[in-house]
Amino acid sequence: MDIVIGFLLVCGLLFFTGGSIGILRFPDFYSRLHPAGKLDTMGLLLSLLAMAVYVMMDFSIASFLTGLKILLIVVIVFVTSPTATHAIVDAGVRAGLKPWTKEGGGGV
Amino acid sequence: MRIRENNVEQSDAFDETGNRQFQRIKQTAPAFILTFVIAIATWIVLSGKFDMFHMTLGVMSCLIVSFFSHNLLFYNTDIRRLPSAWLRFLYFFPWLIYQVFVANIHVMYLVFHPHMMDLIDPRIIQFKSRLKHPMSHFIFANSITLTPGTVTVHVSLLGNYSVHAIDTLSGEALPGDMEEKISRILDE
Repeated sequence: MDIVIGFLLVCGLLFFTGGSIGILRFPDFYSRLHPAGKLDTMGLLLSLLAMAVYVMMDFSIASFLTGLKILLIVVIVFVTSPTATHAIVDAGVRAGLKPWTKEGGGGV
Repeated sequence: MRIRENNVEQSDAFDETGNRQFQRIKQTAPAFILTFVIAIATWIVLSGKFDMFHMTLGVMSCLIVSFFSHNLLFYNTDIRRLPSAWLRFLYFFPWLIYQVFVANIHVMYLVFHPHMMDLIDPRIIQFKSRLKHPMSHFIFANSITLTPGTVTVHVSLLGNYSVHAIDTLSGEALPGDMEEKISRILDE
């Protein structure tokens, strides 16, 4: 069981690292939101799953409730993370920032 | 005779208002009960205490909350169709998780690729969706943001989407399969 938890945690951290590097490497505001919105959600899902498994290892009602709370966090992040990403993109479009394209350049 | 007629009329009128009230209660009661059930389930999970004091407190606050906001969560929905819609959503959810996983692998590949700038070709694409229910628009827009190389920029109520795609390949897949699956949940 410890192996599963460790594996999930390492995968989650890998996704978090990818997200941070992606934010630094991508060319403009809009494309930077791709790793920010997706990889962070996935990293959080994996690491919180590892925590839920770790907490639920001893079978009792209290630990089961704690696991349920952690899963509730996952659900809330799955709803709010795309919504927040969308709000940021929408703010960029309203402010008139042009997306970077291969041919035309555009805003940074 | 006149008095009796009057009486009859009155009782008819009373019947009608009573009937209307009954209709209103009948319409709002399922939403109220469902909101209450969801609220109390959340309360139990979050509090984790089962003694008399905490349970009474939970029931009271959940009653107040569901009294004020029972038309918030189930706005304009046919309650009888909800259980099957939830079942279909549960069927859709593992597929969404799988798509999210594939999307993440794809973005990870792009992030760590040495010639990343040659691979990506960001552009905003527009398309029209045939979804009708506001809830399916919400699910669809958020699913687009979570899956392969695409972020929803704007959705109008009429179903005009503009989506920022990281490369041409992921943009071409829209609306496609996902819209089909979501339309099966609520619209039919």
